[in-house]
Amino acid sequence: MADVVRVVAADDPLRALFSPAGELTAEGRSRLGLDAAALRELYRNMVLIRRADQEALNLQRQGELGLWGQFLGQEAIHVGAMTALRTTDWVFPSYREFGMAMIRGVDPADMLTMFRGLSHGPWDPRKYHFAPLAIPVATQVPHAVGFALGCRLKHSDEVVLSTFGDGATSEGDWHEAMNFAGVFKAPVVFLCQNNGWAISVPLSKQTAGSIADRARGYGFPGIRIDGNDVLGVYAAVTAAADRARQGEGPYLIEAATYRMGAHTSSDDPTRYRTESELEAWNVKDPIARYRAWLEQQGIIDEGTVAAITDAAESAAQAMRARLTAMPTPPPGEAIFGRVYSNPPESFLREREEFESSLEDS
Amino acid sequence: MAKAINLSLRDALTHDENVLIFGEDVGALGGVFRITDGLQKEFGEERVFDTPLAESSIIGIAVGLALRGFRPVPEIQFDGFIYPAFEQIVSHVAKYRNRSGVSMPITIRVPFGGHIGAVEHHSESPEAYFAHTAGLKVVSPSTPADAYALLQAAIDDPDPVIFFEPKARYYLKEEIDTAARVPIGKARVAQEGSGVTVIAYGPTVSIALQAAKTAAAEEISLEVIDLRSLSPLDMDTVMASVRKTHRAVVVHEAPVFCGFGAEVAARISHDGFDLLEAPVARIGGLNVPYPPARYEKLYLPDVDRILQAADAALAYG
Repeated sequence: MADVVRVVAADDPLRALFSPAGELTAEGRSRLGLDAAALRELYRNMVLIRRADQEALNLQRQGELGLWGQFLGQEAIHVGAMTALRTTDWVFPSYREFGMAMIRGVDPADMLTMFRGLSHGPWDPRKYHFAPLAIPVATQVPHAVGFALGCRLKHSDEVVLSTFGDGATSEGDWHEAMNFAGVFKAPVVFLCQNNGWAISVPLSKQTAGSIADRARGYGFPGIRIDGNDVLGVYAAVTAAADRARQGEGPYLIEAATYRMGAHTSSDDPTRYRTESELEAWNVKDPIARYRAWLEQQGIIDEGTVAAITDAAESAAQAMRARLTAMPTPPPGEAIFGRVYSNPPESFLREREEFESSLEDS
Repeated sequence: MAKAINLSLRDALTHDENVLIFGEDVGALGGVFRITDGLQKEFGEERVFDTPLAESSIIGIAVGLALRGFRPVPEIQFDGFIYPAFEQIVSHVAKYRNRSGVSMPITIRVPFGGHIGAVEHHSESPEAYFAHTAGLKVVSPSTPADAYALLQAAIDDPDPVIFFEPKARYYLKEEIDTAARVPIGKARVAQEGSGVTVIAYGPTVSIALQAAKTAAAEEISLEVIDLRSLSPLDMDTVMASVRKTHRAVVVHEAPVFCGFGAEVAARISHDGFDLLEAPVARIGGLNVPYPPARYEKLYLPDVDRILQAADAALAYG
């Protein structure tokens, strides 16, 4: 038993970058390799996705979207993780990774069609190397592992990022996927966005132990880090992805953060959590905190901050305009069009009957 | 039939380097029914491999591998062990293309059905659950030749196929023509006749054929249709037969209640209401959990029950 623990510790390049509390150390920060422009880009992207997230909530409140699940407060994870990857690396998200998809280049207005009742998945995953949002919790984690195994079998150097929340770690699929990844030594980085809440159930009622520590039981390392520090997330995902790329297998990063908004627009968090908890996390806001650091380092000034805020505002308005102007695709194609690659005759007949019934009415 | 499936897998592995076979015990052991016998030795551990014991992820990794460009052919060891994978099959394998535009050329092999005197969970017929799900194709061969050709068609198909192998018929032997093609969605007339149409698939086809033989001795002519494919369902072949016989009996091992026979019976009754001389009969398992092995003969459809239903259809009105 002791041997296993020792092997895992020796094989963990992340330990040297983080304090035992999960904070990026000065040494870790000095090894980031990001210039001033790249550091400003991290800030810009966080502001951009937060503004889009707010606009999506506005659209929901105005009846333009059926549902919205905010990721407010989790921007450092979205931006840090996506910046650490190559664009050829695949991402298998759960359903709150809107910001990640935006950073990959998926059009946010297209993405919102999912929440406008027009589509179940509006982008081609192969174009963006970004899998569809997965709504059944944790079911996407085995897909990520299968894909990563496929990368290994094809002898490519792609790495897979698998993201999920704290609630997902209770699901059987999560355990199975972690176990498969360990056995296959798959090039996958597991990134838990531990935001403290699975709808109304707090982490303390979700699991009695540590999420990060579970990795050891699957034969690979894990670490808990501050998920509200964009540089920490960037450093962790970079190191874990490099390790996976070199054939060293999976890594589990538990990024501690907080869901500042409701689970979705249909949820009422005042029924189950306190204002004081929210206030405590508000102090750790990933954007304000990072901006203060950038200012302190002289990397960003008020003018740049204002320009970024304006750009985010324009982008959000463009997203709204594009979404609300979008035509409703014809029902026959929308409902029947993508079910089969090689559709049975009976299926095509049903489509014809459906389409002619629309013409008749 | 076991050898025909083995050969079909071997040929698929040979012809397409993206075909992968995996599941529980499919490697060195060659599967608990030896269906994958020798394949790992011939094609290596990267193309034919054992997985950890977890059905949901066996199917879950198939989704990821399909996205990466492979044609996965996972095996679920027994019918009664497919349920942990139900969510992956229904929520992802069946719907991934609809969600993303990316095809899922996955063939899930499942030994199914009874007649083997097994303990619980080893004799079930879960086909209706999957036939009910849009996005999947569901097939079941009844002969070695069809097993070979249908499996080729399933693996070639760009859409996901659930391939139910009638494990009690693994021992069936016949010469097969590996050049013969059997498209998915095409039933066959297994025995021509004129009095009553008996519709079966997988393990019940040979029982229907025995019934036809017995009936012939009493000068009753049964036409046996082997559906081969449940979804899509070849109603053209079924209705062509019913137009001739005006009577139909559907046979499967699964419980009659909400079984696949209900769909076939409803379709015949609707499409052939004016043709029918008797109500469409359904023969199948009882609406109970699969019984202990000593009782399975009483539960499963047999020649007598088919003959009784045929007699009743002929005597009707």
